[in-house]
Amino acid sequence: MRKFTQHTGIAAPLDRANVDTDMIIPKQFLKSIKRAGFGPNLFDELRYLDEGQPDQDCANRPLNPDFVLNQARYQGTSVLLARENFGCGSSREHAPWALDDFGIRAVIAPSFADIFYNNCFKNGLLPIVLPEAQVDQLFKEVEASEGYELTVDLERQVVVTPSGEAFAFEVDNFRKHCLLNGLDDIGLTLQHADEIKAYEARRRQEAPWLFDAIK
Amino acid sequence: MAAKTLYDKLWDAHLVRQNEDGSALIYIDRQILHEVTSPQAFEGLRLAGRKPWRIDANLATPDHNVPTTERAGGVDEIVDPVSRIQVKTLDANCDEFGITEFKMNDQRQGIVHVVGPEQGMTLPGTTVVCGDSHTSTHGAFGALAHGIGTSEVEHVLATQCLIAKKMKNMLVRVDGELGAGVTAKDVVLHIIGVIGTAGGTGYAIEFGGSAIRSISMEGRMTICNMAIEAGARVGLVAVDDTTIEYFRGRPFSPSAEQWDAAAAAWKELVSDEGAQFDTVVEIKAEEIQPQVTWGTSPEMVAPINALVPNPDAESDPVKADGIRRALQYMGLEADQKITDIQLDRVFIGSCTNSRIEDLRAAAEVVKGRKVAANVKQALVVPGSGLVKAQAEAEGLDKVFIEAGLEWREPGCSMCLAMNPDKLGQGEHCASTSNRNFEGRQGFGGRTHLVSPAMAAAAAVTGHFTDVRELMQ
Ligand code: SF4
Repeated sequence: MRKFTQHTGIAAPLDRANVDTDMIIPKQFLKSIKRAGFGPNLFDELRYLDEGQPDQDCANRPLNPDFVLNQARYQGTSVLLARENFGCGSSREHAPWALDDFGIRAVIAPSFADIFYNNCFKNGLLPIVLPEAQVDQLFKEVEASEGYELTVDLERQVVVTPSGEAFAFEVDNFRKHCLLNGLDDIGLTLQHADEIKAYEARRRQEAPWLFDAIK
Repeated sequence: MAAKTLYDKLWDAHLVRQNEDGSALIYIDRQILHEVTSPQAFEGLRLAGRKPWRIDANLATPDHNVPTTERAGGVDEIVDPVSRIQVKTLDANCDEFGITEFKMNDQRQGIVHVVGPEQGMTLPGTTVVCGDSHTSTHGAFGALAHGIGTSEVEHVLATQCLIAKKMKNMLVRVDGELGAGVTAKDVVLHIIGVIGTAGGTGYAIEFGGSAIRSISMEGRMTICNMAIEAGARVGLVAVDDTTIEYFRGRPFSPSAEQWDAAAAAWKELVSDEGAQFDTVVEIKAEEIQPQVTWGTSPEMVAPINALVPNPDAESDPVKADGIRRALQYMGLEADQKITDIQLDRVFIGSCTNSRIEDLRAAAEVVKGRKVAANVKQALVVPGSGLVKAQAEAEGLDKVFIEAGLEWREPGCSMCLAMNPDKLGQGEHCASTSNRNFEGRQGFGGRTHLVSPAMAAAAAVTGHFTDVRELMQ
């Protein structure tokens, strides 16, 4: 998994409560054989005026000019500001996959749905809970100034605004450790690579017929 | 040293590391890959810039999505675009990572759980995983085998290990002699009827006793295949001479020089005298009759000569309700005779019952008879290209075709309706597969699980029939 230490990027305000996973990535895109490539269909129904189909080239589809991420000033957004209960609905891991593929590295909201919150950490995406009043303030600042960037510092557990104001957030120690070091389950297991190799060497001695047989 | 169960021995022999939180790192000797649950795992490897830890531990073959009709045109002629892409993706991933694959038109292609043992990929004392819950099948050989999810497929590819927690031990002992016409499928359906679909949850079930010892390797696979339908991710049978003999001369079996050492090691793969099981279930072989499921869960099963249950006779209101709902879905009346259930289709195949002995048993029943007029379709789908070739060498294909059954190419076929073989709404099917859930074989389809011989008897009579009557 990709590490998350510190990130600075353009912030965009998605001013809508209860954004569910079907809104984040509609069900017709789940048939894909990939975990990557969902970016063009992120927020498909909000983003485009037509109905999206799998395997369609999104470049020529009519964009909804009112949707925030379609506006010129928010191109290149990597920090998403959202409202309460973001990511509710189904457990599809395709939701964080789509956000990640689009280029979003952190989502800031007053609250998240549980499963979505968990799924983010498995995919190198940082969900940040800030008090409602602070989220409100960020929404106002973002809308007021074009090119507004936020810095998210996981080590220090703060979100820093362009004026230098810092908002502290909470994060579980174990998850923080995994994100800082880019460790997913595989990464954690590979920390024990020496033990695996030692076991394998023993096994090769004891049961040599299990090696190099399948060709 | 304390006496150990077979499961304890297999667990201990694969323990790489015990973590403080109770989880453990278990070494995986063998992984089988198919087209449906592997694409995101390979994609994950690519995105993280990882390589498989050990290529020679993996074998792949497409099975769930492949058409079972004429397919000489190759992958490009698979009609359903989603299926075609999945099969092509498996091919491309295996080529890219150097993993051995039996592609769709390779004679060794087939259902993952048929192919693994047939090739000697699965061996006694190994750990075997696959992104498919019926991986329990391989436990028949004294291997620790279970299904895993896509993220775990990736984990095994990348690390050759799995993060796991130890299960509890259950022994299901079947003693005595099975009657004529009573097969391994009837044994396992009967067991599920006794312990229920959640009876094995959290357990590794070892099947033992004199009746199990007398069953062939193929029959033992049928039994372990359905351990998962009793809730147990792992089914096991201890190694004996039948097990060891099975592996002589298989492509991935130990070489001649390695054979004696391997066979000696395999002989240890039995539960020790006095080993402690958390639960023991005892079953008398003589009590087992040919079985038919009447409901929408494998535990909703009855002997062929019984009546469909009456919910009013059930004292537990939750169960009574379950029976009512199942009868409604299945379009059956309480107290009707099982033998009066009329069939629309018959399916002989799936990882439960598509091996050569299964096909022989079915052929014996249909030989010289004809598929009944009310049966619209009766499919025979061998589990692998090699099973198909063997059956053809024995002339079984001709027996089936003459009787009016269709002889198909290997794959999962009507077991799960992910390919063109499906039930229509409301149709009753006598099926040798393993799941009778609502919609499993097609939207609104009604599945009855039976043995190959019972499916064959249903095909030629048009309704469920005690196969023993046809054997006289
Ligand atoms: S035959 Fe059926 S149960 Fe077996 S692997 Fe295929 S789909 Fe799964």
